[in-house]
Amino acid sequence: MSRRRRALRRLPWWIAAAVLAIGCLIWIYPFLWMVSASLKTSAEVFTKGLDLLPGDPAWSNYERAWVEAEFGKYLLNTVIVTVCTVVVVVVRCAMTGYVLARHDFRGRRIIMGVLVATLFVPAGYTIIPLVDLSQKLGLLNSLTGMIVAMSGAANVAAILLYFGYFRGIPKELTEAALIDGAGFATVFFRVMLPLAKPVTATVTVLTFLSTWNAFFLPLVFTFSRPDLRTVSVGMLAFIGENATDWSGMAAAATISLLPVVALFIVLQRYFIEGIAGAVKS
Amino acid sequence: MTAATPAAARPRRDRTTLYIWLFLTPTVLLYGAFTIYPIVGSYVYSLTDWNGFDASPSFIGLANYREVLADPMFWSSFRLTLAFMLFAVPAQVLATLLIAIVLNSPRMPLRKLFRTALFLPVVTTTAIVGVVMQFVFDPASGPVNLALGGAGLAPDGVDFLGQSTTALGTTIGVYVWKWFGITLVYWLAALQTVPHEVYEAARLDGAGALGTLRYITMPLLKPFLVIITLLSIEASLQVFDLVLTMTNGGPFYSTEVIEVYIYRWAFAATVPRLGYASAAAVLFGLFVCLVGMLQLLAMRATRRTRGMA
Repeated sequence: MSRRRRALRRLPWWIAAAVLAIGCLIWIYPFLWMVSASLKTSAEVFTKGLDLLPGDPAWSNYERAWVEAEFGKYLLNTVIVTVCTVVVVVVRCAMTGYVLARHDFRGRRIIMGVLVATLFVPAGYTIIPLVDLSQKLGLLNSLTGMIVAMSGAANVAAILLYFGYFRGIPKELTEAALIDGAGFATVFFRVMLPLAKPVTATVTVLTFLSTWNAFFLPLVFTFSRPDLRTVSVGMLAFIGENATDWSGMAAAATISLLPVVALFIVLQRYFIEGIAGAVKS
Repeated sequence: MTAATPAAARPRRDRTTLYIWLFLTPTVLLYGAFTIYPIVGSYVYSLTDWNGFDASPSFIGLANYREVLADPMFWSSFRLTLAFMLFAVPAQVLATLLIAIVLNSPRMPLRKLFRTALFLPVVTTTAIVGVVMQFVFDPASGPVNLALGGAGLAPDGVDFLGQSTTALGTTIGVYVWKWFGITLVYWLAALQTVPHEVYEAARLDGAGALGTLRYITMPLLKPFLVIITLLSIEASLQVFDLVLTMTNGGPFYSTEVIEVYIYRWAFAATVPRLGYASAAAVLFGLFVCLVGMLQLLAMRATRRTRGMA
């Protein structure tokens, strides 16, 4: 009797779950459709429409996207730019947050003020002077330039995250290290930075997402160097040239999205905690 | 450091100062060059007539501003940016709250799986999603129209992105879909801050599910509502990637938000007008600044009420 009542009480939850399950399927349907179209022949994309299963998987679409449309190269460019930018941003934001949180020096208040005032700066606002400066410095049309410019973009939130974390570490810890004869850099790299691992995880995830997905800056940085395109820019160029190649487009999109989706599934906890960490503090 | 050991203290403090600035150098250089300089530089460039990065700018005073403010296209893009914000933000913030409350209940089956599915679009590249969506919404062979046709709703197909009446709405819909997961995770994090004992106590006091929601969960979530709305508003002002790849601002400029307007004048025109685009950018920057300031005021106001309670 009581078991039946309990089952009955859970019934609304199972109904809700069923509704959500259908919703989630519709939610990720565009991705299912994309993967399915990438394995269909050009004719099948149109004739088989909603049917997600292709006849024989047409791997030639991937070959076309990888070699002819050069998505192999674009993917490599994206990986290089993302990895380098993440490293630079993490190190520079950690150092800045540490110094601002643990040391009092002249100019500290000014730096804090400037950082907070520029917390939200839209990309469309700074792009023109940024391109002009990059061109004068010889950074335009190069991956190095793209990395440098992206590392210098607004990462104030990351600095503030490190700032908050280093603030909360008790003074005794650094003092003990100093008595042991550790210098400034040793204290930071050996004691403080390892302690800040949770923040580093958050900043890495957020920077990774924003850099991997960046579009505006890579777009204007590669106008005259198509070989330096990242996947997001390459995608726009691809349909500009092959508007009717649906299966090639789907293969190129799958190549571009698969690495980051796979990474997300494997490291899901860090992604979710990273994003949640941004709102909690 | 006491006055008794000035000779030993001095060099050490000097060295610390040196290290402090050494640690700050990367940020000062990079941030200074690629964020601070462009912010200030925009103002200077906006006062010039300047036809391309290779040309040299010539000073023309406030003429650009006069022209921008008189351009109906600028005001149209301004209105579209506002409309984007006004439709996308409430839809996103409220719908995600609803789902988050359901997913936060330990009695909900498969909640981790649902969270993963709903979050998935967030990690995907916006520009690529934009391109894929062009095909998904294709009037003849796109899956959306095939499904509508199959259900007998629109046998001729709806050109969602090809007509000015539906293009903006469709773009906003895709935007909400794309970033839904991020707001959802914000809310889940906020809900986690409510301790389980509070719910237990409410249940023991005989509060129903709706009563708990109305009198316990909602008041505790209020400060988060402000923060999450702020973050969503800031995000909704930056939709360049999605709009450029989905509609390129068209058809007939019906989705040309301010960022696309700036891009068109600075990079997509045959004769770029960088000074003119800078003037539009400065106005956009001032607008974002104004929104940000209003938000800080709102944040301070909620903090005060929380302090009083």
